[in-house]
Amino acid sequence: MDRPRFELTASPHIKGPDSTPRIMWSVVGSLVPVVVAASWYFGVSALLVITVATLGAVGTERVLGPGGTLRDGSAAITGLLLGLTLPAGIPLWMALLGGIIAIGLGKMVFGGLGQNVFNPALIGRAFLQAAFPEGLTTWPPAPERWFQLAGDNFALPFMSPDLEPFVTGATPLGQMKFEGIGTAPLDLFLGATGGSLGETAAVAILLGGAYLALKKYLDWRIPVSIFATVALLSQTVHWISPEYPGAVFMLFSGGLMLGAVYMATDMVTSPTTPKGAWLYGLGIGALVVLIRLWGGLPEGVMYAILLMNAMVPFINRATQPRVFGTGRGVAAP
Amino acid sequence: MTDLFWILISAMLVNNFTLVLFLGLCPFMGVSGRVSTALRMGGANIFVLTITSVVASFLNAFVLPYAPYLRLISFIVVIASLVQIVETVIKKVSPALFRELGIFLPLITTNCAILGLAIFQTNRGYGFLEGLFFAVGAGLGLTLALVLMASIREQTELADVPAMARGMGLVLILAGSLSLAFMGFAGLFSS
Repeated sequence: MDRPRFELTASPHIKGPDSTPRIMWSVVGSLVPVVVAASWYFGVSALLVITVATLGAVGTERVLGPGGTLRDGSAAITGLLLGLTLPAGIPLWMALLGGIIAIGLGKMVFGGLGQNVFNPALIGRAFLQAAFPEGLTTWPPAPERWFQLAGDNFALPFMSPDLEPFVTGATPLGQMKFEGIGTAPLDLFLGATGGSLGETAAVAILLGGAYLALKKYLDWRIPVSIFATVALLSQTVHWISPEYPGAVFMLFSGGLMLGAVYMATDMVTSPTTPKGAWLYGLGIGALVVLIRLWGGLPEGVMYAILLMNAMVPFINRATQPRVFGTGRGVAAP
Repeated sequence: MTDLFWILISAMLVNNFTLVLFLGLCPFMGVSGRVSTALRMGGANIFVLTITSVVASFLNAFVLPYAPYLRLISFIVVIASLVQIVETVIKKVSPALFRELGIFLPLITTNCAILGLAIFQTNRGYGFLEGLFFAVGAGLGLTLALVLMASIREQTELADVPAMARGMGLVLILAGSLSLAFMGFAGLFSS
């Protein structure tokens, strides 16, 4: 039989240069300043933790996934983001386990990229938080020299880490919540505070986020609506009773920046409609304020995003746009 | 008044019966395939939990002071038979409502969430009104968990789930993930 003279293909016929690997590797690239800032503040421990978490994620994807899915870079993003949510002094085996859980139970069990319901990095983080609350909430202050470890990184699995030689500090949110001490806004903005690796340098995260938003690799509506909700709610509460922190502190402390810019905007686990994106951001912002101000934990960004991830199928269904030519103003056939 | 409101919120989110206390898992796993059925199951749960709370306050006030050893058995027997009677009455009086809720009512009367509610209410010394708010909060929490689970499951029907996790395996993993997310509500409004 002759080959057809015309190639018949399904739409789309006009294709842009953007592909999944290109987008994913751009996100990895935009995370480089955040990683550099983390290692600037926390020394060699930061690089170790991030590398091991990424190895755990990438290795699991290699073992469980069909061949070739490593090249799209999504496992590397999961690992990097997971590493950035961990404290510098965490034992490395916990970081590795987190990476394995994140990809294994957060993503591959659903069938891989594009099919998971929850953000994989946050599933890994939430798992670690539930399993090892002590390891995940020991915040070392920045070490004096770069090559100095920030904590007992090389503790063996299931041995209690030797924390004697290390001082533990407090995060700005913890200080605010349990002792009522504030932190200077400039320190929060530049990142010279205690906390998880990527939680501290707001300026680096905003730069990376702005780049991705300009390239349209993330939906700007989500971070904007999260920031607006958090700022409005917390400022209102601050006016009513000033013992609660104001908007600036709430915006630039803890994991809000990293969560809002890099985790809430995960293309797979965020709503597909513009109206849905606004609602989703609104929900995350409101939950963050609720958990931070009145919850038992100092930080709630991770839980807020996971809870709203669970709402996404519902939001998508509720905010379907009207199909052209149906609905309002059209007589029933 | 505010106390009643906190009881409701606490039963709904902080101590969600399904996702935090792991009670009532059978309807949560079994009837969460579709959002429409999940909503009806939730409605039936709110209904039975409310009846349970009323019955438990009644028993606590009038019967159990004289025979404390009858607590468990009287809770189960009285609640189950009352729900059975209510089901028969609904079937006669409002067939539409029966089609919406009726099938689920006998299924959940012997559920651990129901007995759990009665026992929690007794142990915490809730009065009639407090118990009522507690029951409605617990029911709303169960409904929330069911509907969330059902909407997620409808979406993952299209996912290319590996053979080892297909079906109940994935549901259990989803339940675990939801439960991890609900840990964020721990200690809400307790300080």
